[in-house]
Amino acid sequence: MTLTLPTLLRPARSTALALVQVTLILIAVALICIPFADLQLHQVDPWHELGLIGYGLITPHWSDVTVLVEAVGLTVAFALLAVTIAVPLGLLMAVYFHWRWLRMLAAAIRSVHELFWGLLFMQLFGLSATTGLLAILIPYCGVFAKVFAEIIEQQPPQPGATLDPASSRLLRYAYSLIPQALPSMLHYVRYRFECALRSSAILGFIGLPTLGFHLETAFKQGQYSEAAAVLWLFLLMIASVRYWLKPVLILPWLLVSIWLLPANPVPVSLDLAWQFVSVDLWPSSLRSGDWAGFGSWLWRLLSEQAIPGILETLYLTQMALALTALIILLLWPLASRRLVSGPAWTGGRFILLVLRSTPEMVMAFVFLLLFGPSGLPAVLALALHNGGLISFLIANGSEIDRHQQQRPDDPQGLLRLAYLENPRQYPAMLALLFYRWEVILRESAMMGILGIATLGFYIDSAFSEIRFDRAFFLIIITALLNIGVDAIARRLRQRYLPQTSRSSDNELT
Amino acid sequence: MTDSTSITLSPADQQPEVIAEPPLLQLRNRSLHYGNQTVLCDISLTIRAGEKVALVGPSGAGKSSLLVVLHELAPALTALCPQNGGLVEVLSVYQNMFMGGLQRYGTLASLWNLVRPLPSAVAELESLAARLGLDEKLWNSVDRLSGGQRQRVTIGRALFRRQPLLLADEPVSALDPLQATSLLTYLLEQHQTAVVSLHNRQLALELFDRVVVMHNGKILHDGPSAELSPEQLDELYRYQES
Repeated sequence: MTLTLPTLLRPARSTALALVQVTLILIAVALICIPFADLQLHQVDPWHELGLIGYGLITPHWSDVTVLVEAVGLTVAFALLAVTIAVPLGLLMAVYFHWRWLRMLAAAIRSVHELFWGLLFMQLFGLSATTGLLAILIPYCGVFAKVFAEIIEQQPPQPGATLDPASSRLLRYAYSLIPQALPSMLHYVRYRFECALRSSAILGFIGLPTLGFHLETAFKQGQYSEAAAVLWLFLLMIASVRYWLKPVLILPWLLVSIWLLPANPVPVSLDLAWQFVSVDLWPSSLRSGDWAGFGSWLWRLLSEQAIPGILETLYLTQMALALTALIILLLWPLASRRLVSGPAWTGGRFILLVLRSTPEMVMAFVFLLLFGPSGLPAVLALALHNGGLISFLIANGSEIDRHQQQRPDDPQGLLRLAYLENPRQYPAMLALLFYRWEVILRESAMMGILGIATLGFYIDSAFSEIRFDRAFFLIIITALLNIGVDAIARRLRQRYLPQTSRSSDNELT
Repeated sequence: MTDSTSITLSPADQQPEVIAEPPLLQLRNRSLHYGNQTVLCDISLTIRAGEKVALVGPSGAGKSSLLVVLHELAPALTALCPQNGGLVEVLSVYQNMFMGGLQRYGTLASLWNLVRPLPSAVAELESLAARLGLDEKLWNSVDRLSGGQRQRVTIGRALFRRQPLLLADEPVSALDPLQATSLLTYLLEQHQTAVVSLHNRQLALELFDRVVVMHNGKILHDGPSAELSPEQLDELYRYQES
């Protein structure tokens, strides 16, 4: 097996060989990134801190229950209201997704992380309900638009063909494709609500009073029992969504959510908003038509912040991607009934539940306490969270015998894993990994907020220095990077994994 | 099937006593249900070493289920050739056939074989692939093969099991008649005992020494193929259709 470029570009005779080649490239790229990325261990004795955190995890404790209940309420309220508003808007966008500008708009708004939206709106609306809602609502609109459009595209066109072609597009969709696609869309909304709970919680990291706020505060003060109480509560909340979010309860919950929202402390003035959008976000040199000045502004920003930020973000992304693959290969067999049973299976499922339910941001924060500020915590957190999520989907997929491939004389144990289950799940695993690539990039950019020198670090600094023009420019750069990686991932998927179905992958966007 | 017909139906437990071999597989009044559907109904059947048994009957007669039940009796002695093949799509023809020999090579060698094919196994499987007309495809993954080629890979895995008993479910249904006859003959040569389900009645009479006709989960006829003419067999089929 020689790894020269021409052999890689030629479709191999064996699919396994092609998949192995893609994997090797993935690993090679990650290895190349290692010497360039900042992976220094700052903490001298992580074991001591780990011991304290571990002790905190088994002794969760919280004194003021009302504060915690309020934080849970707000976390749910933001998530529920944002999803409730984003779903119809996203659906409307999905109906008109044949408009190129709308597709581009959807791609643009979902390529900016919730926290960056949060930081932007905070300048206008302060630490308010509006900021929290918009920060989740806007990117989720873009995601719903794309995923709903994909689900609708998969529906058979015959029912729509019988309708009067003169009726409006929206009406035709409402009577044919949307009802057809409804079960898949509802399934996706349910999954997405879980994501919204995570998004809502981590908005606490920029100051909104959700669970993440208390988590960060407790961790920062070294109160690990308090932090653990918040974390366990959050995991319990995610694991039990289907019990407390029944369809009949949605309306009461919505009313409670509205009642729970904090009042807007900053009166929204239109002048101020207009000033922010038309003036503050743009460099003064550009506004005054000083092209030389703009050139030097651009050059300084690119060379001092954007390019180092992009590189660090990419290094961490690629390392996290390869490590995610490794973690999936190790973890998913532990959660599949085809390979393990009894307590081992339950244990595997529990590990995956914790990994996929804990937001990357929270994990990274814990690792930062252990290893000090470097790329290492980010890479570990991204790989563990995404590895847990993909492992969960792969394990589920392996338990369904979709094509009735099982034979009574199939091997068991390790050989079953090596000869049957892994080769069968591998294409799906790689496809999911490519789907997740863009998400990992977005998250690793965002982790700069924790002090790791990715794009988010420069964005966060620009906001705190009240240099909105810089922040805005860097956010656009981040978004473009995201869109670029997404396009590459799509190409790779189409080229190497044409056989993996799209419908099951919506869980990941 | 309450009416009796002109054909003499030999009772299932009345085996031809010509062969002195001890019973290899034996079923006594065996039934099998999926939910409330009966797929095997009170089956009694004895297979002796050295017998070549053709299993015929329309789709849904219970042939596949009977093979599953027979496999449970002696899994360690059996080379299985199921209808679905159970191939692993992304792996090569070589690896898919090698899977028949996993027990012989052991865990470590078999794991290493995925990284670097074992030279001894390569030599063996190259000649086997040539016999199956797959020598050009040995290193192609199975997802790039035609239906007939895939079926030959399944046969290859069964042959590489190197066991005395063959239990095969429609092993040559996707092959052209010439190839079907040739490969079925080869399969029967390579196994001391064989129970093979078939749709092709002519092949059943020509290549096998005993024919079992199934219908609705029951054995309708069981006897030496020499005592059965093609017309009689056709009539048994027609009897089922009425």
